[in-house]
Amino acid sequence: MTTFARFWYRYASPASFYPLAGRLTPLFAVIAVLLAAAGLYVAFFVAPTDWQQGEAYRIIYIHVPAAWMAMFIYLVIAFWSAISLAFNTRLSAMMAQALAPTGAMWAFVALWTGAFWGRPTWGAYWVWDARLTSTLILLFLYLGYIALRASIDDPRRADRAAALLALVGAINVPIIYFSVRWWNTLHQGATISMTAAPKMAQTMLTGMLLLTFAAWAYTIAVALYRVRSIIVEREAASGWMSRLAADSRGQSDDASASGAMAR
Amino acid sequence: MRRDPDPALARRPEAVSAPTPPGVLSALRWACARDLRLAMRSRSELALIVVFFLLVTSLFPLAVSPDPDLLRTIAAGIVWVAALLASLLGLARLFAADHGDGTLEQMVLAPAPLPALVAGKVLAHWAATGLPLVLLAPLAGLQFGLGAEAIGVLVVSLALGTPILSWLGAVAAALTLGARGGSSLLALLVLPLAVPVLIFGAGSVESQAAGLGSEAHLSLLAAGAIAAWVLGPAATALAVRIAHE
Amino acid sequence: MLDWLRMGGYGFYVWSSYGMLALAIVVELFALRQRRRTAQRRADELRAEQPLRPAHFRGNSE
Repeated sequence: MTTFARFWYRYASPASFYPLAGRLTPLFAVIAVLLAAAGLYVAFFVAPTDWQQGEAYRIIYIHVPAAWMAMFIYLVIAFWSAISLAFNTRLSAMMAQALAPTGAMWAFVALWTGAFWGRPTWGAYWVWDARLTSTLILLFLYLGYIALRASIDDPRRADRAAALLALVGAINVPIIYFSVRWWNTLHQGATISMTAAPKMAQTMLTGMLLLTFAAWAYTIAVALYRVRSIIVEREAASGWMSRLAADSRGQSDDASASGAMAR
Repeated sequence: MRRDPDPALARRPEAVSAPTPPGVLSALRWACARDLRLAMRSRSELALIVVFFLLVTSLFPLAVSPDPDLLRTIAAGIVWVAALLASLLGLARLFAADHGDGTLEQMVLAPAPLPALVAGKVLAHWAATGLPLVLLAPLAGLQFGLGAEAIGVLVVSLALGTPILSWLGAVAAALTLGARGGSSLLALLVLPLAVPVLIFGAGSVESQAAGLGSEAHLSLLAAGAIAAWVLGPAATALAVRIAHE
Repeated sequence: MLDWLRMGGYGFYVWSSYGMLALAIVVELFALRQRRRTAQRRADELRAEQPLRPAHFRGNSE
């Protein structure tokens, strides 16, 4: 077996992934903070003012990364869902479960920032722009996924049902986006578009990329932390967890973990 | 050393070899016939879905305005939304009864291919709840003052789109078997996925009214219906199996 | 400094956006910590009720 496969199989067990996630969380948290600081600095102090939209355009530095994250996380959830169905693994399903709330959060932020960008730029808080409307539907897909999980009591059944839902949703997302774009262009023409200005200064692009990677690092840190909670919730009665608790009796697990997440 | 055959079996030779499991078509036919028969016994329930559909379409002129030009513009959208909501109503009866009395579990365990059984159920379900909407759409169209051509496109779009809604609903209904949350959870799962069907369905009528022809929309709907029939049975069967673990 | 905060008149929109992002992150982190605390507490209660059980009795597949 190759080293990669051995690594993969070893960490497919919640028991061995748990400590790994605990070590990775602070690492990604630090990366997120550094990238965010750099990105915000570039966004506010290095990038020039947009001559068309004025200072209001600075919202895109968080709107675009949020929209990308919402999209991307859904695909990652679909990926882990496929793995969990194909290989009948618990941890992949737990990872999907851990990512969903963060994905929903990014979708909401994308909608909110989109609305507050749209108001000064195009006069209305909500224009039925294709991308924003697709993001709204994506938010509903996230909420449906979370709701379905919450409404099935047996965790393994919830895993599998939610995984199938995620896959059905993932197949539909491009269809939804395509149909909404069709609908939008038919009714409004291509005049209103939330995509960033066609020509972006290099510094603007840098700022957006930095903040996108910051959002990625944040999401990974948060998802790893959440999956640890999920592992505790679901594996509480297992032997390894009891041994872990017995080993660390006296030390609060919370103190070290929440210290790492402090902002 | 070979065991001597059981003398009881010697008297019933047909018991030695297992019967061949039912094929796809016979399973589909059986499930469809059974569900249609059951549907016929609760005709009032089906009638209610149709009445709901017409009621919802009647609400919009009351809520918006009786202006004929306005109504003609929004007619397709309203009829389609009403059809969507009515299809949600009908979904409860797709698996609930069989799940409740254990028949669905027997179907999962049966040697007949589960996707075929499920397809039979969905076909019967569409015939009982979707087809009536397609047939009654002209009535709703008249309420909104749609012309004959527009009504024709509306009917075709519903005929192509309601099977897609049936399959989306079937997967969602199977996923929510035994889950808390009831019909609102079902709506939350189905409605976002149904958005493309809604867009192309209602859009076909508008496109035809704008003189652009409805072929593009209708062909996309047709492709969707085919995809729904190809992928739906397997996905729904998987969901039903998941619900019975 | 005040001029910078006003963002050329668009301050309300810019800071509402960044503010909502900050709020969402804070809420998420707080919820994360709550979830962890609750999970740990429940796990401890479970372990107090049921002594250590052999892992292979659990029916879950890996």
